Amino acid sequence: MEKIKLEMPITEAEIRELNAGDKIALSGVLYTARDAAHARLVDALERGEELPMELEGQGIYYVGPCPAKPGQVIGSAGPTTSYRMDPFAPRLIKEGLRVMIGKGERSTEVIETMKEEGAVYLGAIGGAAALIAKCIKQAEVIAYDDLGTEAVRRLEVEDLPLICVIDSNGNNLYHRAGE
Amino acid sequence: MAIHVEQVTEAVAKMCKEANYILGADILEGYQEALEREESEVAREVLETLLENAEIAKEEKMPICQDTGMAVIFLELGQDAEIEGGSLTEAINEGVRQGYQEGYLRKSVVADPLERQNTGDNTPAIIHTELVPGDKIKLTVAPKGFGSENMSQIKMLKPADGVEGVKDFVLQVVEEAGSNPCPPIVVGVGIGGTFEKAALLAKKAIVRPIGLHNQKEELAQVEEELLTEINQLGIGPQGFGGATTALAVNINDYPTHIAGLPVAVNINCHVTRHKEITLG
Repeated sequence: MEKIKLEMPITEAEIRELNAGDKIALSGVLYTARDAAHARLVDALERGEELPMELEGQGIYYVGPCPAKPGQVIGSAGPTTSYRMDPFAPRLIKEGLRVMIGKGERSTEVIETMKEEGAVYLGAIGGAAALIAKCIKQAEVIAYDDLGTEAVRRLEVEDLPLICVIDSNGNNLYHRAGE
Repeated sequence: MAIHVEQVTEAVAKMCKEANYILGADILEGYQEALEREESEVAREVLETLLENAEIAKEEKMPICQDTGMAVIFLELGQDAEIEGGSLTEAINEGVRQGYQEGYLRKSVVADPLERQNTGDNTPAIIHTELVPGDKIKLTVAPKGFGSENMSQIKMLKPADGVEGVKDFVLQVVEEAGSNPCPPIVVGVGIGGTFEKAALLAKKAIVRPIGLHNQKEELAQVEEELLTEINQLGIGPQGFGGATTALAVNINDYPTHIAGLPVAVNINCHVTRHKEITLG
């Protein structure tokens, strides 16, 4: 199967065309955030504060990378398990977040919000962290530097290999696999 | 011969780096065997990607996975071993500190489980000490990622539940884990002892190279049966479906109480890492 080329940021119309099982090569801008950063982002929204990045049309990659060695853009950078972000994800999707990248299951509430708002959940290969790091061409911490590996980074990626796990109609590749 | 704590620090630092850069031959063989068996295209692609990733990590001396884990260390301390130069515990922690810093490994430890401030150097290590005869010390470094650790469970079964109860529980834990722990997984099972002993048995089962079985013939057979049944669940590499959900099931057992049958299941991802050295 041919890979679908996607360029970030992305529109709702493009999102609605993706189907669970599609193979994707994604390029452009992504933001990183995992447990601690998600708590801070949602906290900031609750308090009516401005976020460190615009969410409309954007994607968040659930990753806490290794430190870069001299000469590297970033250290190993595979996905972390996504369900821990489930309590926060619906709020961010409602702010315009279109793409989430991670590994593992999502909650019913997250999937329902994805269907309503038009968002997708893409899987990166967990543990293939050295290989994924090679697709990251630029990385810069833009917020919450004190969180170390959990800080929010702005990444520029090129042909990041992904698979559409849950599409904006709620179809789920994992559940298909288990049947 | 006396063992200086600096030897311990140096050995631990080196093993932290090597364990995270170089995947064991047993795991790589496990991937290869899985590739030969898998018919699903996506499962084969995942396994090929994992092999390529392991190659890049080794070549470029970078971590196989960004979750370089908490440093779990099994220390077999010879009762006649002579340690000089300071604290053995501090020497091990200093080795972890140096290894994670020099090796550009991720620091994933928070000082307080509720306040969650990162310690910044991946210490403290988790050290399990066992007293053994002799004058040497053996150190096993097993960095443990938490995607799989979070999917582990323990249950106090009734004696009447027997081997079928044990098997049902292991299968239930693996099924509930699904795609989360980065399959194909290594399943460590501890049967017997007390509540905490069962968990430790399961943890230690993970560092047994895959392909080696429990010395009791009946338990070796349970390992085989469980592996077959787990691979029939269809979860597959990364949960995308396929015939390889686990690479191995390793069981460790210990005597227990007349009233109990503790069972712990410790799950490890496809990046199951461990290095060992004997000093003295």
